[in-house]
Order: sequence, then C-alpha cells, then structure tokens
Amino acid sequence: MIAADPTFIAPSIDWSALTPLLVLLGGGLVLLVGAALTPPWPKRAYAWSTVAIGIAALVMTFIEWHRISRSGPKFLIGGALSFDAFSMFATITICVGVILTSLITEDYLRREGMDGPEVYGLYLMAAIGGVVMAMANDFIVLFLGLETLSIALYVLAASHRKRIESQESGLKYFVLGGFSSAFFLYGIALIYGGTGSTNFTKIIASFDSVAAHRKDALILVGIGLLLVGLGFKVSAAPFHFWSPDVYEGAPTPVTAFLASVGKAAAFAAMLRVLVVALPNWKDDWQPVIWTIAVVSLAVGAISAVVQTNVKRMLAYSSINHAGFILLGVEAAGHAGGSTGRGMPAAMLYLLLYSVLTIGSFGVVTLVSRTGDGATDLNSFRGLARQKPAIALAFTVFLLAQAGVPLTSGFIAKFGVVQAGVEQRSYALAIIAMVTAVVSAFLYLRIMVSVWLEDPAAGDTGREPVTVPFSAAVAITLCVGFTLLVGFFPGWLIDASDKVVQIAGR
Amino acid sequence: MIAASELAAGHFPILTAIVVVPAVGALAVALMSKRRPEFVKLTAILVSVFTAALSVWMLASFKSGEADFQFVSKHEWIKTWGISWHLGVDGISLFLVVITGILFPLCIVGVDPQHDEKPYLAWLLLLEAGVMGSFLSLDLFLFFISFEIVLVPMYFLIGGWGHENRVYAATKFFIFTMFGSAFMLVGIIATVFIARGSVGHITFDLVELATKANFASSTARWLFFAFAIAFAVKVPMFPLHTWLPDAHTQAPTAGSVVLAAVMLKLGTYGFLRFGLYLFPSAARHSRAIFLTLAVVGILYGAIAATMQKDLKRLVAYSSVAHLGFIVLGTFAFTSQALTGSVLQMINHAVSTGALFLLVGMIYERRHTREIAKLKGLQKVAPVFAGVFMIVMLSSIGVPGLNGFVGEFLILIGSFVTARWWTVVATSGVILAAVYLLWAYQRVFHGEPDEDNRTFAELRSKEGMVLLPFVVAIVFCGIYPKPLIDRIQPSVKALITHGGYYDPQPVVNKVGEQP
Repeated sequence: MIAADPTFIAPSIDWSALTPLLVLLGGGLVLLVGAALTPPWPKRAYAWSTVAIGIAALVMTFIEWHRISRSGPKFLIGGALSFDAFSMFATITICVGVILTSLITEDYLRREGMDGPEVYGLYLMAAIGGVVMAMANDFIVLFLGLETLSIALYVLAASHRKRIESQESGLKYFVLGGFSSAFFLYGIALIYGGTGSTNFTKIIASFDSVAAHRKDALILVGIGLLLVGLGFKVSAAPFHFWSPDVYEGAPTPVTAFLASVGKAAAFAAMLRVLVVALPNWKDDWQPVIWTIAVVSLAVGAISAVVQTNVKRMLAYSSINHAGFILLGVEAAGHAGGSTGRGMPAAMLYLLLYSVLTIGSFGVVTLVSRTGDGATDLNSFRGLARQKPAIALAFTVFLLAQAGVPLTSGFIAKFGVVQAGVEQRSYALAIIAMVTAVVSAFLYLRIMVSVWLEDPAAGDTGREPVTVPFSAAVAITLCVGFTLLVGFFPGWLIDASDKVVQIAGR
Repeated sequence: MIAASELAAGHFPILTAIVVVPAVGALAVALMSKRRPEFVKLTAILVSVFTAALSVWMLASFKSGEADFQFVSKHEWIKTWGISWHLGVDGISLFLVVITGILFPLCIVGVDPQHDEKPYLAWLLLLEAGVMGSFLSLDLFLFFISFEIVLVPMYFLIGGWGHENRVYAATKFFIFTMFGSAFMLVGIIATVFIARGSVGHITFDLVELATKANFASSTARWLFFAFAIAFAVKVPMFPLHTWLPDAHTQAPTAGSVVLAAVMLKLGTYGFLRFGLYLFPSAARHSRAIFLTLAVVGILYGAIAATMQKDLKRLVAYSSVAHLGFIVLGTFAFTSQALTGSVLQMINHAVSTGALFLLVGMIYERRHTREIAKLKGLQKVAPVFAGVFMIVMLSSIGVPGLNGFVGEFLILIGSFVTARWWTVVATSGVILAAVYLLWAYQRVFHGEPDEDNRTFAELRSKEGMVLLPFVVAIVFCGIYPKPLIDRIQPSVKALITHGGYYDPQPVVNKVGEQP
C-alpha cells in the first residue's frame, strides 16, 4: 500500500476547485451506468439531463472563475493541474459546446432510430478529457486528457450504426489519431529526456541547465513531434487530411462536437504546451507555427471552394479557422504569453467559433434528413422558401464565419488580427484576411443555394425539412449569441483578457 | 432657427437617429406580416421619409462657414479596444448624408421590385443605415463596420432582384469589395497600434489619431496604401473597376441608383476623410499614381462607354469616367479642386441616379436595355425624352446645369498642381458628350418602329419621383453658392491640416488693371 509508505506524502486536493470536472464526471457516469441499468427514459430526457449537467458544470465554472479573480490562480494536486482563468475559460467553451451539441443531437438520434444515453455519456467523457487538457500542468496529465477526449471521439464518429460512412469515419479517425498520439507521446519522452521532467513548471525552470548541457537537439526534436501531434488534433494543415473525411462521415451533430469541443480542447492544449511549458524555446517553434498557420489558411480557404458537399466545405473552412486561431498562437509566442493579446484572442475565437460551428452544423443536421445523407449543396436549394427562419439563421452563421461585422465572427477575426498586428506580424495578418475573402466565396455559394436557387428538378420527392423543438432552441441560442456578441462584445473581451493569468506566473 | 440648431447640437442626438432609424425600420419591416403588403410598404416609406426629414433638419441647422465636425455624438462602445460610437458631420460629408436621405424614399416610392417586396424593402433600409453610418463615423472601427455591412444588403438586392446574370454579378461585387476591405482592416489595426506610441493609448478615434499620431514616412505610406486599396476598389479606379459594370447592369433599378449615387462615393469620400486626413504626406507622395489612374479611368471609362450596346452598361462605364474626375480633384490637393470633388460627388449622385431611374423606366416598358432595339422614343414620349435630355446634359457637364460646376472647379483647381494630367482629363469632357449624345440620338431620335410605337409617356408618379432630381440639377447649376459655402471651410481645413500648397485664385476687381 502506497498510502502506508511513510515516505509517500499524498498531495492535498482542493476538491472545490475540481467541481466542474466532478460534475461532468458524475453526470457522465449517471448517463453511462445509471441509464444502462434503468428502463428507457422518456423522450428527450437523455438530452435534457445532459444539458442540465452541462449547465451545472458551467455554473460551477463561473463560481470558480470568480474565486480565481478574487484569490488568484494556483496549482492543484501537487502541481499536476493548474487552476487559473485560462483553464476556466476553456472549460466554459467546452461546457457551452456540450450543451448546444446535446440539443441538436436529441432529435437527430430519434430521427435515425438510435436514441439512447451512450452518445451523451460519450460527450461528457470527451468533455472531461478536454477540461483536463486545458488544466494540465504536466505532460502526462495532458496526455491522459488527450486520450480520454480522443477515444470518446473515435467512438462518437462511428456511432451511426446504419451508415457505412460513419464506420469508415470512425476507423479512419482512430487509425490516424492513434498515429498522431504516438508522435505526441514520443515528443513528450524526448522533452523529458532533455529537461528531466514532464512538469511544465520544472521544464521552464530547467532552461538554464539545458542550455549548459547542450541538450537542445533532444528538445527541438521533441517540440517538432509535439507540434505534429497537436497539429493533427487541431486539424491544421498539413496535418488536416483526416478532417474532411471524418467530418463528412461522422453523424452531423458529432461533427459539430468535433469542430467545437474537439478543436477548443486541442487548441487549449497547444497553448498550454507552447506558451506555458515551452516559452523559452519560442524562437524555435514560432516560425513553425507561422508556417502551419499560412498553410492552414490557404489550404482551408482554397480547397473549400471546390467542394460540393456542405459538410466537407465546413470541414475545410474549419481548417481555415484553425489558421486564424494559429495567428493568435503565433502572436502569443511573440509576447511569451504573459502579456499581449494573442492568448485572449485565440481563446475568444475558440468560444465564438464553437457556437458558430454548432449552429451551422445544427442547420445541416436538419437539412440532412433521415439517413443523414442529404448534405450536398443541392439539398440546400430552396431552403429559404421552405423554412425561411432556418435559412435566415444559417445565413447569420455563414456571414459570421465569413467575418462580416456586427456578428461574433467579426469580433473573433478582429481580435486575432489585432493580436498579430500588435506583434508586427503584418504579412500573416494580411494573408489571413485575404484567405477570409476566398472563403467568403464559399459561404456565398451556400447562401446562393439557400436563397436564390429553386429546388433541383429531381428533388421534389424529398421529405420536407422539419424543425424539432430542441434543435430550434439550440439554433436560436446560437443566433442570439452570435448577434449579441456582434453588437456588444465588450464584456466578453474583458473576460477573455483575464486568460493571461496563468498559475505559476 | 437658433433654437432648432441648439436643440440639434445639444440635446437630440440627430446623427445617431439618422443611422439608427433606418436600421430599426429594416428590422420592423422584416418582422412584419407578409399578408399585409401595403402596411409593409407604408412603413418603409415612412421610415425613409422620416430619415430624410432628419437629414434635412440637420442641413438646416448646420452652421455654415465652420470647418469643424458638428452634431458630434460620442459614447464608449468597446472600452478595452478603445472603440467608441463617434459620429459627426462636416462640410465634406454633409451633402452626402442629405442626398442619401432624400434618395432612399424616392427609390422606395419610385421603383417596384416586382416580387418579394418585404425582404427587398428591409434590405434597402439596412443599406441606408450602413451608408449613413459610413458617412458619419469618426471612429475607424465604426467606419469599417458600416463600410463592410453595406455589402450584405447590396449582395442580396443584386442577387435576389437583379437581372439574368445576377448571381455572378452579386458574388463578384462582394468578393472584390471584401478583398479591398481585407487590406484596410489590417491597415486600420496597424494604424492604431503604431500610433499608440505617439497618442499614448489605444484608440480608434479618427480625430485623435489624425491630430496626435506621428508616423514615420515609410510607415505612413504602407498604411495609406492599405486604406487606398479598399477605397480604390470601391470608387472603382482602373484597373479594379471590373466589378462595377456587371453589378450595375445586373442590379435592380433601385440597386443601381443607390450603388451609383451613394455607394461609389464611399470610396471617394474615404480617400478624403481617411486617406488625406490621416496620412497627408503619404497621400502626396503617391499622388502621381492616383492622378495617372484617375486620368486613365476617365479616358478608359469614356471610350468603353462609347462602345456599349446596353444602355445601362453605358451609364455604368460613364460612372467610371466621372469618378475619375473626382479622384483627380482629390489628389490635386488644392482647395478649389477638392471643393469641386465634393461637389461632383453630389452632382454625380443626382445625375447618374436619375439616369439609372430613367433607364429602369425604359426597361420596365420595353423589357430591353439594348440601344439597338430602342428608336424614336422622342416622338412617342416627348416629356420623357425631355427629362432624359436634361439629366443627360447635366451628366455631360453642360454649363448652367450642376455637372458643369463640379467639373469646372476640379479642372481649374487641378491645373495649377497637376497640369498635364488635367490637360488630358479635359478630353474626357468631350468624350462624355460623344457617348451620351450619341446614345441619346440612337434611342430618342428618328421614327419609332413597330416595337417602340407603344412606348408609354412619363406617368405622373414617375414625374413626381424625377422632379426633385431635375430641380437639384438646375438649382446646383445656377446657384451652387449655398453648397460651396458649406463645403469649403472643411476642405480648407483639410488642406491646412495636410500642409498642402494651395494657390489662391487671383481675382481682379471689376475695373482694376490686371
């Protein structure tokens, strides 16, 4: 027994600081275990209890947020986790993602005849992984979070039992994801070899001795491998090849989850690793981030234009958005993360983009109709005549993704471009904005289908698009948030500015 | 009168109202029931007339002879980023706001969209709010938002109510303009951050930046370049003009009118308000490029207009030429030329707006815009032809009508500082006569053939819509002094701010020996 060993001192645990995590974990267990042992719950009960769990976690996060702003950030469990504004902001994004995705999933599962608690349980498990990634102050903990998230996502991608595309998507994601995890793990090993620790605080402290012992090569290779792993998870080019296929094949609500929670957690981890653990090597990783950002921006925008499937279009546009967020990461690198607008801008972008992308995929879920197959551009033709409110909501999301003012998307883009320009990354900022124009063409193409074209000739036999209650709630919330932040972004910007307070600084 | 101006200046936020009223009207129209179309139209008309009344009230209480911004309203908006809701009007923007205010009700009353009236009216009102916001903003962020938001309603107006090739034209318009704005956005942010050192804090406030910021000259050139791309696309200047003929030709009549009359002015106004005001020496540094492009635009637009088979496309290309004059006047940097430019913005709005309305009326009757298919309309519709002629002569710049005053001031003012460019540009005046008179001759002269014999005369409703245009054309042509009195102080202040060389015209008193 370790506990009996007198030389082992168990770290003291501040349980109250872990409440968001505990609420998600408890809720996930209730859904996975409890629901398996009880007779089927009434209609909508699984989804709405997930929403309730998400809201409870969100409330806990707000309480912790205020505690941090009162008494400052700190480490938990012997330095394994860090309890700071950054991790709480990421937790908020993740909880919002879980709540909204559950709402659009509810009717989808019943429509596809596979209602049950599993998907919701997996959402919550993935969310736990994401929160752990955002809080991690140790590479091992980070890896645990990453795997918790990833394994849940592999299963979710394959969760549509009747669609072969979904199986393919899950398998593809699993194989490539496992591969990238291996890169990541090997990177951790090399960093450990170079610095003698996996703890972020100790890695920073080891900088002088590393320089003295000339172990830089080990660390540089390690950083390279970490970047490959993280680049895969955030679906940045050139590590993006999985994402269009997986996004297209996965059940549409799961795609929304991948693009929101999956991306937010991965970017939070990336910021943790690069800005918190490895700021001393920023001169080495920053050019790499610059290059990845440019490639993602260009590949995302240009490849999206030639697609004909809306899910693939949004997948490529999500690569373009990753490029924008990398602009914030790059800027954070300049300032060493402690000051500057890079970190807040990237975190704000993640929150705003998550809501936008869930809203967009929520509309796609409705249009995809039974069987989840009707996601090509033609299926969207004449949507404005059939369901004007849904068409209008979709238009708001698309315009926001294009960065049109008075929407949250503009505030997001403005924030990262501002962060980049502040650090004099003019070239990157201009490239980013020009690719935004290219991707605007893509959003316009979808809007043309929705508004200006009549349904295709052979399309009359298709079942009409219906708007179920839960999805309507989710889409209304997303539209409201998008416009609210577009008009009055001040409060959110002020909140995001606090994420630079990181434990140990 | 004094009481009214004090009320306007001190208590009632008139400029905010001018921006907000159409926006709220757009929302109201969008939310109204489709089953009562007459209510929808009435609401739209009332809202736009109310906005027009507000803008006329503002004109009436505007203190003539003052250079500063008036009716300024300033409220914090996004404090962390130094962004405020800052509106103000001076002599440069005054008449642009007034003309926007008056033009929209005329468009709403005078043009029937044929189908889906409710969204059409909502988009039109939103467009008005955006345009007003662009002309009134004194905050770079607020300006960018307004400048960019007008794309959305215009895109839907062209795409939803335009002619056969509308989707292509609307997309091209959106992408071109957004491409320009991409550079401007980075330029705006860079301006703010580079100015942080000399201003002391982050602010997007135009007046504060223009008066306090110091830029190294090479930095200022880059920043000016970033702004200039956006404005050059919007004007549009050669060679970035290719979106304009498509957008104009494919847009519904009201869209073309608004596009020509006010939206193109966002570009020329932007050069004055943001280019010259923020980066005076950088603007002077690059004047040769802009003067050359302006002159090329004048000649190219004129020659291209001569070649057109489509009447609407002809008017569209004539806009390229006319806006070339405005840019020429802007980059001559003399107070006469700049006053002429501002005046010409208004004149072009009036005459080209009216021309597009007339072409729209022809299209409504004949369902064609092809010049070759129209013939002898003067015989069957003499009043229509008369109105068309007055408007056309104003567009050519015949003395006694408004077009002459602006062009003449531009040419006189530019001759001193940009002599050879002006000499070449003058030929544009002659070319304007060539293409417009030739077009008039082909469309209105001769004997009407079978198809044109039933061409209907000007209706009274159409006459009522066109009357304000004709009155403005004649009034500004004969007595432009009230306009110049209000424009010139602000222009002179801009010239002084930029430190430009501004030769004053030598006026010999009557009877004095030269």
